[in-house]
Amino acid sequence: MKSVGAMIGLLAAILSSFLLAIWFPQSLFAFLLFEASLIAIYYSSIQRKVKLWLGALVLLWLMPILGFINGYYLEVAIQIGIFVALALGLNIVVGFVGLLNLGFVAFYAIGAYLWAIFGSPQANQFIAGGLFPLSPNWFFVFLLLSIGVGALTGTLLGLPVLRLRGDYLAIVTLGFAEVVRALVNNLDKPVNLTNGPRGISPITKPPLFFQPLLEFIGLKFTEAQLYPIYFYFLILSMVCVIVLVTRRLEDSRIGRAWKAIREDEVAAAAMGVPVVRMKLLGFAVGASFASAVGVLFGAKQVFINPESFTFMESIGVLAMVILGGMGSIPGAILGATGVTVLNLQLLKGLSLWLNGLRQSGAVLSLPLLGSYSLSQLPAQFEPAKYERMVFGLILILMMIFRPQGILPPRREPRK
Amino acid sequence: MYALIALGYTMVYGVLEFINFAHSEIFVLGAFVGVEVLLLLQSAGQLATLHPAVILLLVIITGMVVSGVAAMALERVAYRPLLGGPRLVALISAIGASFFLQDGLRLFESLWRNTFYLNYPSLEFFERNLPVTANLVIPVKSLLVIVTALLTLAGLYFFVNHTKLGTAIRAVAQDPDTASLMGVPVNRVIALTFFVGGALGGLAGVLFGIHYSLVNPYSGFVPGMKAFTAAVLGGIGNIPGAVLGGMMLGLLEAFAASYLSLMTDGAFGAEYKDVVAFLVLILILIFRPKGLLGETVREGKA
Repeated sequence: MKSVGAMIGLLAAILSSFLLAIWFPQSLFAFLLFEASLIAIYYSSIQRKVKLWLGALVLLWLMPILGFINGYYLEVAIQIGIFVALALGLNIVVGFVGLLNLGFVAFYAIGAYLWAIFGSPQANQFIAGGLFPLSPNWFFVFLLLSIGVGALTGTLLGLPVLRLRGDYLAIVTLGFAEVVRALVNNLDKPVNLTNGPRGISPITKPPLFFQPLLEFIGLKFTEAQLYPIYFYFLILSMVCVIVLVTRRLEDSRIGRAWKAIREDEVAAAAMGVPVVRMKLLGFAVGASFASAVGVLFGAKQVFINPESFTFMESIGVLAMVILGGMGSIPGAILGATGVTVLNLQLLKGLSLWLNGLRQSGAVLSLPLLGSYSLSQLPAQFEPAKYERMVFGLILILMMIFRPQGILPPRREPRK
Repeated sequence: MYALIALGYTMVYGVLEFINFAHSEIFVLGAFVGVEVLLLLQSAGQLATLHPAVILLLVIITGMVVSGVAAMALERVAYRPLLGGPRLVALISAIGASFFLQDGLRLFESLWRNTFYLNYPSLEFFERNLPVTANLVIPVKSLLVIVTALLTLAGLYFFVNHTKLGTAIRAVAQDPDTASLMGVPVNRVIALTFFVGGALGGLAGVLFGIHYSLVNPYSGFVPGMKAFTAAVLGGIGNIPGAVLGGMMLGLLEAFAASYLSLMTDGAFGAEYKDVVAFLVLILILIFRPKGLLGETVREGKA
């Protein structure tokens, strides 16, 4: 009985927030409520099967509808998806194997550039024959290819440094990310590989192979309408695949070996776990996820340049994993969603609100301090520009007060 | 330059075996304090009247004190609660602190001066060149950096090896538990280490500011990374090693900047000097993880 009640309550919550978001397409609050309904589904005490169905309803049906009404929501959802996928990849490295990787964004960049170079006229610069850009159908080939390339670079980087202690690894990965960025920034000569800081564009988008099918049913959409939804579903399915793979890995021999290494490397080695090989594997798996996401990112953005792959991004992803709880899949998802929403919506919203206040010239009267005209608020004070501060605070506070994260894994790491 | 920052890293690492990621921000803080002091002097009209040595001393001392205190405060807030926990936890907290400080500094300067790119007021004295031979001149400010680095090395070496406090620091570095049994106030010694490390960072920051004359809150990242490389190169936790590593890295980079383009027929130019620095770090870690002079680092404290 209780579960039926909970289910009805949930449905009501989902639908009401959905309707709210439809009625007030500009309202940030309504969209936040809608996002929160997903969390409510996760926490509610109903059957697993029902949960899955409800989640599918929200993600597969209601979200695209909202996206049609306000395209920005879909954009946010895609961003969230990209970061969820990245966070899941980093979660394997940091959460399962316990290796701090501060250069995760390097693999992401490698994936993005892999498709960007061959999926745009860029490759004509060094391969004669005018073969490029490759046709959109190659996108999926490169998606698979990027998994291999990511794993390869991960292994190459891991080989020399994985024998070292954890903190050295952190620095070396950081340095590696900087090297990748410097290379990408400067490889426009002697051979123009990456077009340097000017970036690459236009990058071919994935094929709309289902468009004839839609027209056959009688639905006609323009490409501009279709692409956001298409990318949304692409990233959604990618996240699903990653979640599945991670879950299977977590409970496998490999996953248990990883956790053994995290808890006590010496003991794990004594038990016959091939430590270096397992670490390398974890490193490679995380890297391959990141580089596959990178391919998708490149295709979605149409334009990429080195600015998208700074140290900042690495730290952002790290903050997501830590906020959600290292080593926990739902945690990584929640953390990525939370931080992205914070970044894209809350901080921006706050900035807009402050700007509004500034322009309206409202006067804030504080007891004891006298009144203060808000129009005097310096223009530099804009929350959206201080995301580093927010990330930094998240990291410190989480480490001090709740190192296991918001949604810790079922079996906690040993202290 | 790198040598000076590297000293700060080595100081903290030697005692706590912990990479102080926020050190680069302490360093930038020093640079900002320096510029603020100079600007205040300028607006008070004292910049032209006081003797340059007095100004320099004033700037350096304020920079060192503020940075040192900031480093101590940081240790108290962000690291001490985590001592004894897993190493990763403190490291992540340090990264968080580093990011927080960057934007904190930016926020402060934005509110205070309405910009966060600050120019050092130029001092005529530092812009002078010192002729050595007919073809060779040395800018005074470069000389200043080198001399300070060597003086600091000597001072620090003396402090750590020949004073009571230095002995306490070494005792804590070797074994905190035993040291506390012997009556060494471990927490205070750690705080002191952070103060010294921070003060060195502040000193480096002031000199950096005078040398490059433009600072922003994010300018600490690359020097910080390189200083760490230098510390590793010389053997982390080892004071002369840090200076040696810093000088070698500096030389290597200067050579890379000027000769890389010649050696590769212009294919790879000076823009790859950062890449060279990081490659050195990786190579060192592979072939000689203890660094050139390193032997003091304990192993196996997971």
